[in-house]
Amino acid sequence: MKSARKILGVFSLLVATCIVTSALTPYFLTAYNVENLLRRTSLFGVISIGAAFVIIVGGIDLSIGSVVALVGCLLPWLLVEHGVPIWFAVPGVLLLGLVLGLCHGMLVQRVRLQPFIVTLCGLLIYRGLARGITGDQTVGFQNGYKGLRSIVKTRFEVPGLDGFAIPSTLLILVVIATLAIVFLRFTVWGRHLLATGRNASAARHGGVRTDRYVVLAYVICAGLAGLGGMLFILDVGSAQPADFGNFYELFAIAAAVLGGCSLRGGEGSVIGVIIGAALMQVLQNAITLIDWIPDNIQYAVIGAVIIAGAVSDEGFRRFVLRRRAGSP
Amino acid sequence: MILQARNIVKRYPGVLALDGVDLDVTAGEIVAVVGENGAGKSTLMKILAGDVAPDEGRLLVDGEATRFGSPREAIDAGVVLIHQELSLADNLDVGANILLGREPRTGPFLRRAEATSRATAALRAAGLDLEPSRSVAELGMGTRQLVEIAKALSTDARVLIMDEPTSSLTAAEADRLFETIERLRDEGTAIVYISHRLGEIERLADRVVVLRDGRFVRSFERAEVTRDRIVESMVGRDLAADAGLRADVTFESGPPRLEIRGLRTARHPGHAVDLKVRPGEIVALAGLVGAGRTELLRAVFGIDPRTAGEILLDGEATRIGGPSDAASAGIALVPEDRKADGLLLEESIAENLVLPGLARTATGGIIRRRSAERGLAETLLRRMGVRPAIPDLQAGGLSGGNQQKVAVGRWVGCEPNVFLLDEPTRGVDVGAKAEIHALLDRLARGGAAVIAASSEMEELLAVSDRVVVMHEGRIAGELARHEATESAIMRLATGGVDSGDVRRSETSS
Repeated sequence: MKSARKILGVFSLLVATCIVTSALTPYFLTAYNVENLLRRTSLFGVISIGAAFVIIVGGIDLSIGSVVALVGCLLPWLLVEHGVPIWFAVPGVLLLGLVLGLCHGMLVQRVRLQPFIVTLCGLLIYRGLARGITGDQTVGFQNGYKGLRSIVKTRFEVPGLDGFAIPSTLLILVVIATLAIVFLRFTVWGRHLLATGRNASAARHGGVRTDRYVVLAYVICAGLAGLGGMLFILDVGSAQPADFGNFYELFAIAAAVLGGCSLRGGEGSVIGVIIGAALMQVLQNAITLIDWIPDNIQYAVIGAVIIAGAVSDEGFRRFVLRRRAGSP
Repeated sequence: MILQARNIVKRYPGVLALDGVDLDVTAGEIVAVVGENGAGKSTLMKILAGDVAPDEGRLLVDGEATRFGSPREAIDAGVVLIHQELSLADNLDVGANILLGREPRTGPFLRRAEATSRATAALRAAGLDLEPSRSVAELGMGTRQLVEIAKALSTDARVLIMDEPTSSLTAAEADRLFETIERLRDEGTAIVYISHRLGEIERLADRVVVLRDGRFVRSFERAEVTRDRIVESMVGRDLAADAGLRADVTFESGPPRLEIRGLRTARHPGHAVDLKVRPGEIVALAGLVGAGRTELLRAVFGIDPRTAGEILLDGEATRIGGPSDAASAGIALVPEDRKADGLLLEESIAENLVLPGLARTATGGIIRRRSAERGLAETLLRRMGVRPAIPDLQAGGLSGGNQQKVAVGRWVGCEPNVFLLDEPTRGVDVGAKAEIHALLDRLARGGAAVIAASSEMEELLAVSDRVVVMHEGRIAGELARHEATESAIMRLATGGVDSGDVRRSETSS
């Protein structure tokens, strides 16, 4: 119920932002722009769902952006510069994401390091590796690999809506979100994961192997960051290792928190996270489209909107509590 | 008369912690306050030290009525409580801890020389030859306890209240502490001393005040103090086991369902514990706070690692590497702190009830039917008699007793063979207590081996077939139902039959 309220909150914020933006600029509600928004939201949705898993078990992953960069740069580097076949390169880079997650999980759970430290170091290391391996040179598909890139480039025309098509990335997001929802709500593992985040000690006393679920969450997070990295590079075609994926971890964490994940753990909904990711994209889009907001202050605007959302959420919570206390 | 407490009353929800207690403290005297767990000792000390405000009654300092709004005000009046859990910041040095909050300063700057000399003087007074610049982290528990005393003395304390100061000290450290206490007494400080260890009380106390169920029972002058007299007045009534629920239970000789063999824990490495429990038997685990009951149960369930020993179920050695192994072997633990370890307070009752048994309602990890899960929750709700029986209610919204029924009930669905319960009725009202007792009885009659650790004498006597008493990490003795009386239990729990015994066991550990 608590998360339903949070979803409703972030959804209202999303709708309000959309209405205000479309009132301020005619370009917002164009077929091209909406399709583009859907595509970007889908890509960010994938990595945000990963971030949500880690946050649900009470952890944090700051390395998402660097995993995106490492995987995203390695893929064209392997394919184009080294002629590695697709059937090897694609599973390889995806596996790399999972392995990095396993490392994070083991360091947090077995070595008992703090998640913040582990993934902060991940952020530095993978970024450094991406730049080192590629020699800090831009990597890209150079108009090749059209078949592979069609994974994200395919558009499904909607009859009757001129110029609008559903991007294939949206379907990818739907598949991943469905899997995540089934996992969290309908499997024993998902429930154990939520219980671990809510109260690890109580879950452990209940016979839950809390250590495994913590590791699993990091594997899922980095795995989805890796998948996201692949999708991002297929989408944009080329990347500079120095800035590809920069700040993506913060967008993912912000989306997860906006969508109802508590940094204390135990709470979170996949739908909420996706709405959170959409809100982040709409905000960025609005700043780009509205003339009188200079583009270079976009982070400041995003930060301010998130803070405003959190403050009103907290205010609303207290208001409800007071009402409840007042009328027994 | 430095400090007088008159007619102190303190109520907590559901409990009358103190019911009209008087206490006088005189300069140059050691007053020991004793009583069973829950007799009201700690509450009284907190009131004397301004930690807690009494609901009724008054405090007089030097004959003048006073009200302590905070520990700070009590300290200013010269009354200092040294907490059971030490409160030193171990990232600071000794001197900084002693003067914390009262540092001599000029503007924002510490007057270093003066701080050092004041801290040194306080350390001397506490009988410690220690540099104030030493780090607290590298000090042993005994020395830390003395640093706490130095800290108290540096505030010009006239009344020192010590709550179980020796609970984590070695015998040698305790001796050093006693010498310091006696010297302070001779120099005119008043000492209020709380301890479960009657040997210490015999050695130190000039006067012993006995509390029971929140009331003053009587006081003994030094010449009258003997262990037996104290124990007798602590327990008061001498109920033998009123066999009640379990009167008709008899056992045939057979293999034990649970056997604990040579189990050692990190907390009490010096003592191995052996214990056998037959199917259908309820063993009550008695002992004072810190006797090692919780550690024993946690080690059997695999929450804490064992340092040695094995667990046998129905005669077979069973590997228990963690709680999930224990759960799948059919062992259940209902932990002492249900809020921290037992329940997910923010989740629904149903969610809590099905958590350990969740895997049973699922095929290959997918929960087959929500309705199966729902059905399990509803069955358990009914069987446990949880009120209100609303599966979707937040567990945190239930009363203590009903929360406890949920904490027990979540295991019932897994049909364990061994039930371990740590303080199953703590903070539970009388009605719910009786229901939980009946529940334990039913579990045992279903063939489970039950171990229930409890600090409540009546509970120990009412729902057990056998009482096993622990003292400082070892099993001090065992009493069959017909032998179990409050004073027999208390005698074992306070360290054996005579005071010589206590000292021997302490030095051997």
